[in-house]
Amino acid sequence: MRYVVFFILGLIFWLAVTFDISAANIVAGSAASLVCTLIFARFYFKGVQKFFHPARWFWGLVYLMVFVWACIKANFDVAFRVLSPAMPIKPGIVKVRTSLKSEFAKMLLANSITMTPGTLTVDIIGDDFYVHWIYIRSANPEVYTSMILGRFEKYIKKIVE
Amino acid sequence: MIALIVISIGILFNLFGCIGLLRLPDVYNRLQAATKCVTLGCCSILAGVLIHFGFTEAGIKALVAVPLLFFSSTVAAHALIRGTYLFGVKMSDKSVKDDYKDVEK
Amino acid sequence: MNTWLEILLYVQIALSGLCLYRIIRGPTIPDRMVAIDIFGILVVGVCAIIAIDTGKSFILDIGIAWIILSFIGTLTLAKYLSGKKLNE
Repeated sequence: MRYVVFFILGLIFWLAVTFDISAANIVAGSAASLVCTLIFARFYFKGVQKFFHPARWFWGLVYLMVFVWACIKANFDVAFRVLSPAMPIKPGIVKVRTSLKSEFAKMLLANSITMTPGTLTVDIIGDDFYVHWIYIRSANPEVYTSMILGRFEKYIKKIVE
Repeated sequence: MIALIVISIGILFNLFGCIGLLRLPDVYNRLQAATKCVTLGCCSILAGVLIHFGFTEAGIKALVAVPLLFFSSTVAAHALIRGTYLFGVKMSDKSVKDDYKDVEK
Repeated sequence: MNTWLEILLYVQIALSGLCLYRIIRGPTIPDRMVAIDIFGILVVGVCAIIAIDTGKSFILDIGIAWIILSFIGTLTLAKYLSGKKLNE
Protein backbone atom coordinates (compact mmCIF):
# COMPACT_ATOMS: atom_id res chain seq x y z
CA MET A 1 0.00 0.00 0.00
CA ARG A 2 2.75 2.38 1.05
CA TYR A 3 4.72 1.45 -2.06
CA VAL A 4 1.78 2.15 -4.36
CA VAL A 5 1.13 5.62 -2.92
CA PHE A 6 4.82 6.47 -3.13
CA PHE A 7 4.95 5.30 -6.73
CA ILE A 8 1.96 7.43 -7.75
CA LEU A 9 3.34 10.53 -6.03
CA GLY A 10 6.68 10.05 -7.79
CA LEU A 11 4.96 9.71 -11.15
CA ILE A 12 2.93 12.89 -10.55
CA PHE A 13 6.13 14.75 -9.63
CA TRP A 14 7.83 13.53 -12.82
CA LEU A 15 4.89 14.56 -15.02
CA ALA A 16 4.69 17.99 -13.36
CA VAL A 17 8.38 18.69 -13.90
CA THR A 18 8.63 17.42 -17.47
CA PHE A 19 5.12 18.66 -18.46
CA ASP A 20 4.66 16.33 -21.39
CA ILE A 21 1.90 13.70 -21.51
CA SER A 22 3.01 11.29 -24.22
CA ALA A 23 3.26 7.51 -23.93
CA ALA A 24 7.07 7.48 -24.09
CA ASN A 25 7.35 10.04 -21.31
CA ILE A 26 4.92 8.16 -19.06
CA VAL A 27 6.93 4.95 -19.54
CA ALA A 28 10.19 6.72 -18.70
CA GLY A 29 8.59 8.34 -15.63
CA SER A 30 7.24 5.00 -14.42
CA ALA A 31 10.69 3.47 -14.69
CA ALA A 32 12.35 6.28 -12.75
CA SER A 33 9.59 6.27 -10.15
CA LEU A 34 9.84 2.48 -9.77
CA VAL A 35 13.57 2.70 -9.04
CA CYS A 36 12.96 5.43 -6.43
CA THR A 37 10.16 3.36 -4.88
CA LEU A 38 12.35 0.28 -4.52
CA ILE A 39 15.12 2.28 -2.85
CA PHE A 40 13.32 4.86 -0.72
CA ALA A 41 9.74 3.76 0.02
CA ARG A 42 10.68 1.90 3.18
CA PHE A 43 11.48 5.29 4.77
CA TYR A 44 8.02 6.61 3.90
CA PHE A 45 5.59 7.30 6.75
CA LYS A 46 3.33 4.58 8.06
CA GLY A 47 -0.46 4.51 7.94
CA VAL A 48 -1.01 5.61 4.36
CA GLN A 49 -4.74 4.87 4.49
CA LYS A 50 -5.15 8.18 6.37
CA PHE A 51 -4.29 9.75 3.03
CA PHE A 52 -7.80 9.16 1.64
CA HIS A 53 -9.75 11.07 4.26
CA PRO A 54 -11.58 14.28 3.20
CA ALA A 55 -11.70 15.76 6.72
CA ARG A 56 -7.92 15.53 6.99
CA TRP A 57 -7.53 17.35 3.68
CA PHE A 58 -9.86 20.10 4.92
CA TRP A 59 -7.85 20.56 8.12
CA GLY A 60 -4.72 20.51 5.98
CA LEU A 61 -5.99 23.50 4.02
CA VAL A 62 -6.89 25.39 7.22
CA TYR A 63 -3.45 24.58 8.58
CA LEU A 64 -1.80 25.81 5.37
CA MET A 65 -3.53 29.19 5.71
CA VAL A 66 -2.58 29.57 9.39
CA PHE A 67 0.96 28.58 8.46
CA VAL A 68 1.34 31.09 5.60
CA TRP A 69 0.00 33.87 7.81
CA ALA A 70 2.48 32.95 10.57
CA CYS A 71 5.26 32.96 7.99
CA ILE A 72 4.48 36.48 6.81
CA LYS A 73 4.26 37.68 10.43
CA ALA A 74 7.63 36.05 11.09
CA ASN A 75 9.22 38.02 8.30
CA PHE A 76 8.00 41.37 9.55
CA ASP A 77 9.15 40.39 13.03
CA VAL A 78 12.66 39.60 11.78
CA ALA A 79 12.74 42.77 9.67
CA PHE A 80 11.85 44.84 12.73
CA ARG A 81 14.57 43.24 14.84
CA VAL A 82 17.21 43.59 12.14
CA LEU A 83 16.48 47.16 11.13
CA SER A 84 15.98 48.79 14.55
CA PRO A 85 19.25 50.38 15.72
CA ALA A 86 19.08 48.97 19.27
CA MET A 87 18.48 45.38 18.03
CA PRO A 88 16.06 44.03 20.66
CA ILE A 89 17.25 40.43 20.99
CA LYS A 90 17.40 38.17 24.06
CA PRO A 91 18.27 34.74 22.65
CA GLY A 92 18.30 31.39 24.38
CA ILE A 93 17.44 27.71 24.00
CA VAL A 94 14.28 26.48 25.74
CA LYS A 95 12.86 23.01 26.14
CA VAL A 96 9.22 22.31 25.27
CA ARG A 97 7.31 19.07 25.51
CA THR A 98 4.83 17.95 22.88
CA SER A 99 1.99 15.46 23.06
CA LEU A 100 2.28 14.34 19.43
CA LYS A 101 3.33 10.75 18.92
CA SER A 102 4.07 9.85 15.32
CA GLU A 103 7.35 10.72 13.59
CA PHE A 104 5.71 12.46 10.66
CA ALA A 105 3.70 14.73 12.98
CA LYS A 106 6.87 15.66 14.86
CA MET A 107 8.62 16.50 11.59
CA LEU A 108 5.72 18.71 10.51
CA LEU A 109 5.67 20.45 13.89
CA ALA A 110 9.43 21.06 13.80
CA ASN A 111 9.15 22.62 10.34
CA SER A 112 6.28 24.83 11.51
CA ILE A 113 8.30 25.98 14.52
CA THR A 114 11.16 26.89 12.25
CA MET A 115 9.07 29.18 10.07
CA THR A 116 7.19 30.99 12.88
CA PRO A 117 8.32 34.26 14.49
CA GLY A 118 11.69 34.00 16.18
CA THR A 119 11.93 30.25 16.81
CA LEU A 120 14.12 27.51 15.33
CA THR A 121 14.19 23.84 16.33
CA VAL A 122 17.63 22.63 17.41
CA ASP A 123 16.99 19.00 18.28
CA ILE A 124 14.26 16.46 19.03
CA ILE A 125 14.95 13.89 21.73
CA GLY A 126 11.97 11.66 22.47
CA ASP A 127 9.08 14.03 23.17
CA ASP A 128 11.22 17.07 23.94
CA PHE A 129 11.86 19.82 21.45
CA TYR A 130 14.85 22.09 22.02
CA VAL A 131 13.99 25.44 20.49
CA HIS A 132 16.27 28.40 19.89
CA TRP A 133 14.25 31.56 20.56
CA ILE A 134 15.46 34.97 19.49
CA TYR A 135 13.53 36.92 22.14
CA ILE A 136 12.47 35.02 25.26
CA ARG A 137 9.22 36.66 26.32
CA SER A 138 8.53 34.64 29.46
CA ALA A 139 10.41 32.48 31.92
CA ASN A 140 7.46 30.25 32.82
CA PRO A 141 7.59 26.86 31.01
CA GLU A 142 3.81 26.50 30.64
CA VAL A 143 3.41 29.97 29.15
CA TYR A 144 6.11 29.57 26.56
CA THR A 145 5.06 26.06 25.65
CA SER A 146 1.61 27.30 24.71
CA MET A 147 3.18 30.31 22.96
CA ILE A 148 5.39 28.15 20.75
CA LEU A 149 3.29 25.05 20.16
CA GLY A 150 -0.30 26.05 20.87
CA ARG A 151 -1.05 27.46 17.45
CA PHE A 152 -0.07 24.41 15.41
CA GLU A 153 -0.36 21.39 17.67
CA LYS A 154 -4.14 21.14 17.53
CA TYR A 155 -4.27 21.34 13.72
CA ILE A 156 -1.51 18.78 13.26
CA LYS A 157 -3.27 16.45 15.67
CA LYS A 158 -6.41 16.71 13.54
CA ILE A 159 -4.50 16.15 10.30
CA VAL A 160 -2.20 13.28 11.18
CA GLU A 161 -3.49 11.43 14.22
CA MET B 1 2.34 43.94 -13.40
CA ILE B 2 1.14 42.06 -10.29
CA ALA B 3 3.99 39.61 -10.87
CA LEU B 4 6.51 42.46 -10.74
CA ILE B 5 5.07 43.73 -7.47
CA VAL B 6 5.22 40.27 -5.88
CA ILE B 7 8.82 39.81 -7.05
CA SER B 8 9.78 43.22 -5.65
CA ILE B 9 8.32 42.29 -2.25
CA GLY B 10 10.28 39.04 -2.35
CA ILE B 11 13.54 40.85 -3.06
CA LEU B 12 12.81 43.28 -0.21
CA PHE B 13 12.52 40.27 2.15
CA ASN B 14 15.78 38.89 0.75
CA LEU B 15 17.41 42.25 1.51
CA PHE B 16 16.23 42.07 5.16
CA GLY B 17 17.58 38.56 5.42
CA CYS B 18 21.00 39.56 4.12
CA ILE B 19 21.17 42.59 6.42
CA GLY B 20 20.39 40.21 9.28
CA LEU B 21 23.20 37.95 8.09
CA LEU B 22 25.61 40.87 8.36
CA ARG B 23 24.36 42.61 11.50
CA LEU B 24 23.30 40.04 14.11
CA PRO B 25 25.86 39.06 16.73
CA ASP B 26 26.22 35.25 16.59
CA VAL B 27 25.67 32.27 14.30
CA TYR B 28 22.37 31.12 15.79
CA ASN B 29 20.65 34.48 15.35
CA ARG B 30 22.09 34.90 11.87
CA LEU B 31 20.75 31.50 10.87
CA GLN B 32 17.29 32.41 12.20
CA ALA B 33 16.97 35.70 10.36
CA ALA B 34 18.54 34.52 7.13
CA THR B 35 16.62 31.24 6.83
CA LYS B 36 13.19 32.75 7.43
CA CYS B 37 13.55 35.84 5.30
CA VAL B 38 15.41 34.35 2.36
CA THR B 39 13.16 31.30 2.11
CA LEU B 40 9.97 33.34 2.05
CA GLY B 41 11.59 35.83 -0.33
CA CYS B 42 12.52 33.18 -2.87
CA CYS B 43 9.11 31.50 -2.54
CA SER B 44 7.59 34.89 -3.28
CA ILE B 45 9.77 35.28 -6.39
CA LEU B 46 8.64 31.83 -7.58
CA ALA B 47 5.02 32.85 -6.93
CA GLY B 48 5.70 35.86 -9.14
CA VAL B 49 6.88 33.49 -11.88
CA LEU B 50 3.66 31.48 -11.48
CA ILE B 51 1.54 34.64 -11.79
CA HIS B 52 3.48 35.84 -14.83
CA PHE B 53 3.30 32.59 -16.81
CA GLY B 54 -0.05 31.25 -15.57
CA PHE B 55 -0.55 27.47 -15.53
CA THR B 56 1.84 26.71 -18.37
CA GLU B 57 5.02 24.64 -18.30
CA ALA B 58 7.12 27.22 -16.49
CA GLY B 59 4.31 28.06 -14.03
CA ILE B 60 3.89 24.42 -12.98
CA LYS B 61 7.64 24.08 -12.51
CA ALA B 62 7.68 27.12 -10.23
CA LEU B 63 4.74 25.66 -8.28
CA VAL B 64 6.67 22.40 -7.81
CA ALA B 65 9.77 24.28 -6.69
CA VAL B 66 7.98 26.12 -3.83
CA PRO B 67 7.35 23.17 -1.43
CA LEU B 68 10.71 21.67 -2.39
CA LEU B 69 12.50 24.88 -1.38
CA PHE B 70 10.46 25.09 1.82
CA PHE B 71 11.21 21.62 3.15
CA SER B 72 14.83 21.54 2.02
CA SER B 73 15.71 24.87 3.59
CA THR B 74 14.03 24.16 6.92
CA VAL B 75 15.62 20.73 7.25
CA ALA B 76 19.01 22.21 6.28
CA ALA B 77 18.54 24.84 8.99
CA HIS B 78 17.90 22.15 11.65
CA ALA B 79 20.97 20.23 10.57
CA LEU B 80 23.17 23.31 10.50
CA ILE B 81 22.13 24.67 13.91
CA ARG B 82 22.58 21.27 15.55
CA GLY B 83 25.97 20.83 13.92
CA THR B 84 26.99 24.29 15.04
CA TYR B 85 26.07 23.54 18.62
CA LEU B 86 27.94 20.24 18.63
CA PHE B 87 30.93 21.96 17.00
CA GLY B 88 31.16 24.08 20.14
CA VAL B 89 30.45 27.66 19.08
CA LYS B 90 29.51 29.78 22.11
CA MET B 91 26.25 31.69 22.15
CA SER B 92 26.54 35.49 22.31
CA ASP B 93 26.76 37.44 25.59
CA LYS B 94 23.15 38.55 25.34
CA SER B 95 21.84 34.98 25.77
CA VAL B 96 19.80 34.34 28.87
CA LYS B 97 18.97 30.64 28.89
CA ASP B 98 20.41 27.36 27.62
CA ASP B 99 18.46 24.17 28.28
CA TYR B 100 20.36 22.14 25.71
CA LYS B 101 23.65 22.31 27.58
CA ASP B 102 23.39 19.29 29.88
CA VAL B 103 21.66 16.90 27.50
CA GLU B 104 23.67 13.90 26.44
CA LYS B 105 23.85 13.88 22.67
CA MET C 1 8.69 46.86 -17.45
CA ASN C 2 11.79 45.04 -18.63
CA THR C 3 14.22 47.58 -17.19
CA TRP C 4 12.61 47.23 -13.74
CA LEU C 5 13.09 43.48 -13.98
CA GLU C 6 16.75 43.98 -14.83
CA ILE C 7 17.22 46.28 -11.85
CA LEU C 8 15.68 43.57 -9.63
CA LEU C 9 18.07 41.02 -11.12
CA TYR C 10 21.08 43.19 -10.31
CA VAL C 11 19.80 43.78 -6.75
CA GLN C 12 19.48 40.03 -6.24
CA ILE C 13 23.03 39.45 -7.50
CA ALA C 14 24.29 42.20 -5.18
CA LEU C 15 22.60 40.40 -2.26
CA SER C 16 24.60 37.30 -3.18
CA GLY C 17 27.64 39.57 -2.92
CA LEU C 18 26.67 40.41 0.67
CA CYS C 19 26.66 36.67 1.39
CA LEU C 20 30.15 36.45 -0.14
CA TYR C 21 31.29 39.10 2.34
CA ARG C 22 30.11 36.89 5.19
CA ILE C 23 31.80 33.85 3.62
CA ILE C 24 35.14 35.67 3.44
CA ARG C 25 34.97 37.50 6.77
CA GLY C 26 33.04 35.02 8.96
CA PRO C 27 34.84 34.59 12.29
CA THR C 28 34.02 30.89 12.70
CA ILE C 29 33.56 27.97 10.30
CA PRO C 30 29.78 27.60 10.92
CA ASP C 31 29.32 31.25 9.94
CA ARG C 32 30.74 30.48 6.53
CA MET C 33 28.55 27.41 6.12
CA VAL C 34 25.38 29.34 6.96
CA ALA C 35 26.35 31.93 4.37
CA ILE C 36 26.93 29.21 1.76
CA ASP C 37 23.49 27.76 2.46
CA ILE C 38 21.82 31.16 2.07
CA PHE C 39 23.83 31.77 -1.11
CA GLY C 40 22.40 28.58 -2.59
CA ILE C 41 18.84 29.73 -1.91
CA LEU C 42 19.48 33.17 -3.43
CA VAL C 43 20.74 31.61 -6.67
CA VAL C 44 17.31 29.97 -7.12
CA GLY C 45 15.80 33.46 -7.06
CA VAL C 46 18.27 34.58 -9.73
CA CYS C 47 17.26 31.60 -11.89
CA ALA C 48 13.57 32.47 -11.51
CA ILE C 49 14.10 36.10 -12.53
CA ILE C 50 16.18 35.10 -15.58
CA ALA C 51 13.40 32.66 -16.55
CA ILE C 52 10.89 35.52 -16.61
CA ASP C 53 13.31 37.79 -18.48
CA THR C 54 14.08 35.34 -21.28
CA GLY C 55 10.72 33.54 -21.28
CA LYS C 56 12.37 30.12 -21.38
CA SER C 57 11.27 27.46 -18.92
CA PHE C 58 14.35 25.23 -18.82
CA ILE C 59 16.10 27.70 -16.51
CA LEU C 60 13.63 26.74 -13.79
CA ASP C 61 14.88 23.16 -14.18
CA ILE C 62 18.32 24.46 -13.27
CA GLY C 63 16.74 26.10 -10.21
CA ILE C 64 15.09 22.85 -9.06
CA ALA C 65 18.30 20.90 -9.50
CA TRP C 66 20.16 23.62 -7.61
CA ILE C 67 17.76 23.36 -4.65
CA ILE C 68 18.35 19.61 -4.34
CA LEU C 69 22.14 19.79 -4.76
CA SER C 70 22.50 22.66 -2.30
CA PHE C 71 20.38 20.70 0.21
CA ILE C 72 22.62 17.64 -0.06
CA GLY C 73 25.75 19.79 0.22
CA THR C 74 24.49 21.54 3.33
CA LEU C 75 23.58 18.24 4.98
CA THR C 76 27.08 16.94 4.30
CA LEU C 77 28.66 20.05 5.80
CA ALA C 78 26.40 19.76 8.87
CA LYS C 79 27.47 16.13 9.34
CA TYR C 80 31.08 17.24 9.20
CA LEU C 81 30.37 19.93 11.81
CA SER C 82 28.76 17.54 14.27
CA GLY C 83 31.79 15.29 13.98
CA LYS C 84 30.16 12.13 12.65
CA LYS C 85 31.04 9.69 9.92
CA LEU C 86 29.18 10.23 6.66
CA ASN C 87 27.55 6.81 6.61
CA GLU C 88 25.74 7.19 9.93
